[in-house]
Amino acid sequence: MIVEALIHLVKVLLVIGFVMNVAGLLTWVERKQSAVMQDRIGANRADIFGFRLIGLFHPIADGLKMITKEDFIPPGGNRFLHTMAPFAAFFPALIAFAIIPFGDVLRVGGRIIPLQVVDFNVGVLYLLAVGGMSVYGVVLAGWSSNNKYSLLGGLRASAQLISYEITLGLSIIGVLMVFQTLQLSEINRLQGELLFGFIPKWGVVVQPLAFLLFFTAAVAESRRIPFDQPESESEIIGYFTEYSGMKWGMFMFADFIETVTVAGVATSVFFGGWQVPYLFADGFHFPWGSIVALPHLAVILLQVASFVFKVLFFCWLLMTIRWTLPRFRYDQVMRLGWKYLLPLSLFNILATGVVILALQAL
Amino acid sequence: MAEEPQTEEHVDSLASRVVGEGEEGELQFRDMFLNMGPAHPAMHGIVRILVRLDGETVLGADVEIGYLHRAFEKSCEVGGYNQAIPYTDRLNYVSPIINNVGYAMAVEKLFGITTPERCQYILTLMSEISRITDHLTCIGASAMELGAFTVFLYMIEAREFLYDLVEEVTGARLTVSYGRIGGVKADLPDGFEQECREAIERVRKIIGECHGLLTKNRIFIDRMRDVGVISPERALAYAFTGPMLRSTGVNYDVRKAQPYLVYDRMDFIVPLGTNGDNYDRYLVRMEEIEQSCRIIEQCLEQIPPGPIFADLTGEPIETERMLELAKHKESFKDLYEVKVDIAPTLQGSERIFHDVVATDDRRAFLPPKEEVYENIESLMNHFKLVMFGHGIEPPKGEAYQAVEGANGELGFYVVSDGSGQPYRVRCRGPCFNFLAALHEMLIGDMVADVVPTFGSVNMIGGELDR
Repeated sequence: MIVEALIHLVKVLLVIGFVMNVAGLLTWVERKQSAVMQDRIGANRADIFGFRLIGLFHPIADGLKMITKEDFIPPGGNRFLHTMAPFAAFFPALIAFAIIPFGDVLRVGGRIIPLQVVDFNVGVLYLLAVGGMSVYGVVLAGWSSNNKYSLLGGLRASAQLISYEITLGLSIIGVLMVFQTLQLSEINRLQGELLFGFIPKWGVVVQPLAFLLFFTAAVAESRRIPFDQPESESEIIGYFTEYSGMKWGMFMFADFIETVTVAGVATSVFFGGWQVPYLFADGFHFPWGSIVALPHLAVILLQVASFVFKVLFFCWLLMTIRWTLPRFRYDQVMRLGWKYLLPLSLFNILATGVVILALQAL
Repeated sequence: MAEEPQTEEHVDSLASRVVGEGEEGELQFRDMFLNMGPAHPAMHGIVRILVRLDGETVLGADVEIGYLHRAFEKSCEVGGYNQAIPYTDRLNYVSPIINNVGYAMAVEKLFGITTPERCQYILTLMSEISRITDHLTCIGASAMELGAFTVFLYMIEAREFLYDLVEEVTGARLTVSYGRIGGVKADLPDGFEQECREAIERVRKIIGECHGLLTKNRIFIDRMRDVGVISPERALAYAFTGPMLRSTGVNYDVRKAQPYLVYDRMDFIVPLGTNGDNYDRYLVRMEEIEQSCRIIEQCLEQIPPGPIFADLTGEPIETERMLELAKHKESFKDLYEVKVDIAPTLQGSERIFHDVVATDDRRAFLPPKEEVYENIESLMNHFKLVMFGHGIEPPKGEAYQAVEGANGELGFYVVSDGSGQPYRVRCRGPCFNFLAALHEMLIGDMVADVVPTFGSVNMIGGELDR
């Protein structure tokens, strides 16, 4: 019993550590990647005893700065809600990662440990529910600041997040129809199958349109350019106009955590999660017949590495999009969501259903 | 945050609507006033736009200017004629040389001075470099305000190549004070032509990249197209000039309509838009950059050579005289190539360059420093021009000279009463008219459109408020 609890604790700490650290590093990645894209050097000034370490100390310096800054609550604002809002934004972003499996079951000393914090049988619904909660932080921040810019940002955020939640959910339904389960670990396991003997049955292969829709909606959910209307720092400064210090830092950090989460979900649902092509529980089985046997631990390590690699790839992709495109206008985002993405996702469900029925009839 | 309009005499567009009587159980709606600026990131620090909103739609707007007023015109009356040149740098500080040119030419008109041909070519060339830097800044900044930060930095990089050129020629990047009444401060430095051609090629390459990132980008087109529209009639009624006017399809460019300097010898196209929206303004500016590059190349080809050969006394030798000397086979006797020592002053400001870049009218242009230190006549001449109460004294009269600034017609109207100080200097900056019409361009669009429209107007505070 105690061992079980300890194992759970270790897993929780591992996942939280991973998410927080990747999110922290993403602040550095964002600076450096944008610098590379824009022919700049990027942040490289923070040093400890003269060691600069290509700017890796900047996240620490930022944290120290934000913790020691004045915490300002605008007069006329709602003190309670104003203080609550950053937590309401931070918390859902963090707990969403709990159900994303980062590897297959680990067998150690007769114990079976699923590499996942919790394995809900309604995992996908949990993801959507937790994702839906993240709107509260933004709306509360906009409302409680007693600032018109914040209010506009909060209103934009509520409209945008709720609209894109629908597409987000509907686009995943296609995947659920193919794999016939809501459990993320099961979806991951089924993606290890091969189509025609050589194509991995990843979500993106069987549901390419759903992936595009999901990814678009997910970028919108994470409020990054080109969907950063709630923030729009050059137009309305954003829902966190009236925040300073660590509370503002929490909003920023929540954004980066959401980036990691979006990358994690995209990996898990559409890119095979921890799957490596042709890697099975006992080693590689290549389609041309050769078999490379691997010990269990090596397989697990490969799976975890594969998952981490895919997550980092999507983080990179999100950054690249962020630094390439301009931002939409608020009404254009709404039009895109309701007039293009929503009908397309409904069509995707219809087409998936027709194909499944046709295959069954054959 | 202004809950109500703060001043009494507000225009009608700011009269708030109240819907509903506010009786028991009935909701009362009221338009929201949003105060954008002067401390707003997209207002460039110095303008305030008070907008009346229904949701996100702009129903009314009031543009308040004057935050950067520093009495440019009055200051010009206090000092001598040449002392106004540094002030003109600060008008449109992104293309200061064009301001120098406009003011100096207005005073030259009073004098009736013609500057040497090489000087005119230099000014044309430098004006076009300034125009490119201005357009790059304008497009880059508005792209940044739309979230396309990368384009901004690409364009700033291109601008940097041009600023390097400007720095080499004038000695400064921003506040150049390069123009003088009757000439320019210094000739072009050694190897300028080669560097200029290379810089132009680099700028062209970067412009190509920016075309790739923006021009066909669907998000960018959606944000810019049909936003901030103004009709040709309204634009003319507000006395628009420059890219803002040309984007509506009206063909008016001071460089073509009233050619000055050597623009009549240049082959270039005046790009015209059709819709008068932000996207057309963007395209017009992008094309003007290319046309400016062409003008610069033509200038480099046509420019008369500067003094390279000088005789033993340091006097420049004209081409005709060199030919004559060669006929008498004397050329090798008293002719040799002078390696110019780099003086602590700007390269190209020495005596031998003086005559090709400045008028020989001693009433207007300072004699070269070498002569001032050598002979009493030049010393007196120098004193007369710089001492308070003397200075440059154009004959009585008035003159208006317009140049095509990066934003439009930049005019200087100078009145002289014959003394060493201008009686009146009036500057006609193009931005002022744009800001007068800004509210018309904003009404009906959304809050998010205020930013790109304001960006495409390319308001430069120094020129607007003067």
